[in-house]
Amino acid sequence: MIRIENIKKSFGEKEVLKGLNLEFHKGKNNLIIGRSGAGKTVLLKILVGLLQPTSGTVWYDDVDFTKLGKRDLREVRMKVGMLFQGSALFDSMTVAENIRFPMDMFSTKTKKEKDMRVDLCLERVELEGANDKYPGELSGGMQKRVGIARSIVLEPKYLFCDEPNSGLDPKTSLVIDQLISSITVENNITTVINTHDMNSVMEIGDNIALLSDGHAVWQGNKAEVLTTENQTLQDFIFASPFLLKLRDSFVKD
Amino acid sequence: MLKRSLFHFGRFIQWVPQILSRPENFRMYWRETMRQMEQIGLGSFLIVFLISIFIGAVTAVQFAYQLTGFTIPRYYVGYIVRDMTLIEMAPTITCLVLAGKVGSNIAAEIGGMQQKEHVAAMEIMGVNTSSFLVLPRLIACIVMVPILVCIASIVSMIGAYLGSVPTGMFTSDEFIRGLRAFFDSYHVVMMLVKALVFGIVLCLVSCYQGYYVKNGSVELGKSSTQAVVISNILILLSDYLIAVLLT
Repeated sequence: MIRIENIKKSFGEKEVLKGLNLEFHKGKNNLIIGRSGAGKTVLLKILVGLLQPTSGTVWYDDVDFTKLGKRDLREVRMKVGMLFQGSALFDSMTVAENIRFPMDMFSTKTKKEKDMRVDLCLERVELEGANDKYPGELSGGMQKRVGIARSIVLEPKYLFCDEPNSGLDPKTSLVIDQLISSITVENNITTVINTHDMNSVMEIGDNIALLSDGHAVWQGNKAEVLTTENQTLQDFIFASPFLLKLRDSFVKD
Repeated sequence: MLKRSLFHFGRFIQWVPQILSRPENFRMYWRETMRQMEQIGLGSFLIVFLISIFIGAVTAVQFAYQLTGFTIPRYYVGYIVRDMTLIEMAPTITCLVLAGKVGSNIAAEIGGMQQKEHVAAMEIMGVNTSSFLVLPRLIACIVMVPILVCIASIVSMIGAYLGSVPTGMFTSDEFIRGLRAFFDSYHVVMMLVKALVFGIVLCLVSCYQGYYVKNGSVELGKSSTQAVVISNILILLSDYLIAVLLT
């Protein structure tokens, strides 16, 4: 589980996060949603330690992540996997080399064991045989899947996904969502997904937090989204009259 | 301007210990160092070769022209070309060229990785990116730049020979006699010290510019240009300081 307490973050005069208190549960898909500029990416960067909060605490289980020294921080980070918005695959490396990179860096496994683990991860994301391809030769969805394979290669306890569906068609988005969700459940890991894709919200949202103007204004699950009276959430999710009508008919039924 | 320079200097000083911290995995660093050596060394060989041959030729022709009418023996041209090449031309011109070729490439490569979140991805994996991205390049520059400068000095003298002897400015014997005259091995030491210092300067400046690039293609272009401009200025400044200290 990850818990954040009174997280504040300012850039100069601008306060982006204004005292967030949230919990992200183990074995669940924890979604952070909100409009562009709401502070989702900043929060995610704080969660993984790419940014330091101005004040507040991030707890990884019972470890205060914000107060860790370099060595301890590295140890926690080895339990973290992250899928980036643009996949962040190393262009000069093949798919297999990309996935193997964290193992080459930190694992004492033999080459054969590493190759087997790469094959297993590729199989898990349904990309068997893509070992020798370069990222440039893959579609956006395939790159995302390689990104997922790389993020799970060291068997992380925490998985972070920044806009996993950006730039993908609805069908591929669904595949990626289901993949992340099944990996979360299978491995009982704490997954935090930063998204503004409403399909993801309704498909895999076990624990959803809505950020608005630096505050967490709503927290609930996908079922509660449909029935909530929270105006900010309604304005955000059912932004178009069509979606509003669809929700009304769904709730009526 | 001064405040900004001090800010960058301070940030650079804070950055250096991170670069020099213990590598997580020596084999990966070794592999990356070899890759960088190939890129920096072999990748720059042709341009260094071409520039050196012409610089040598031009130096010989110019000096032969300058000394016309004086009572200085003609073989002195070979001697002047040799010392000029060793002390100044080979290390300085080669490193100014390398700052343009290697420096801009390093800044653009690291900057591109920063912008495409490759650096963030490595950081989250637990990699010390300052060290992993800079140390192999630094070692590659420390090894390859002096080698390239040595090659440049030899090629430059060959260029001087080819540019002057076949055209009849002086005979082959005169030129070779000049090359051998009054040789002081200390000049080779000076050349190597310069090459080493310039190599470190161009590498660290370029890595810094790439590592701390802001988002956007304009910024990437700017950081690449800055890497070349700042490296060139610092190379010329350190050239002067080395000249003062070692002569």
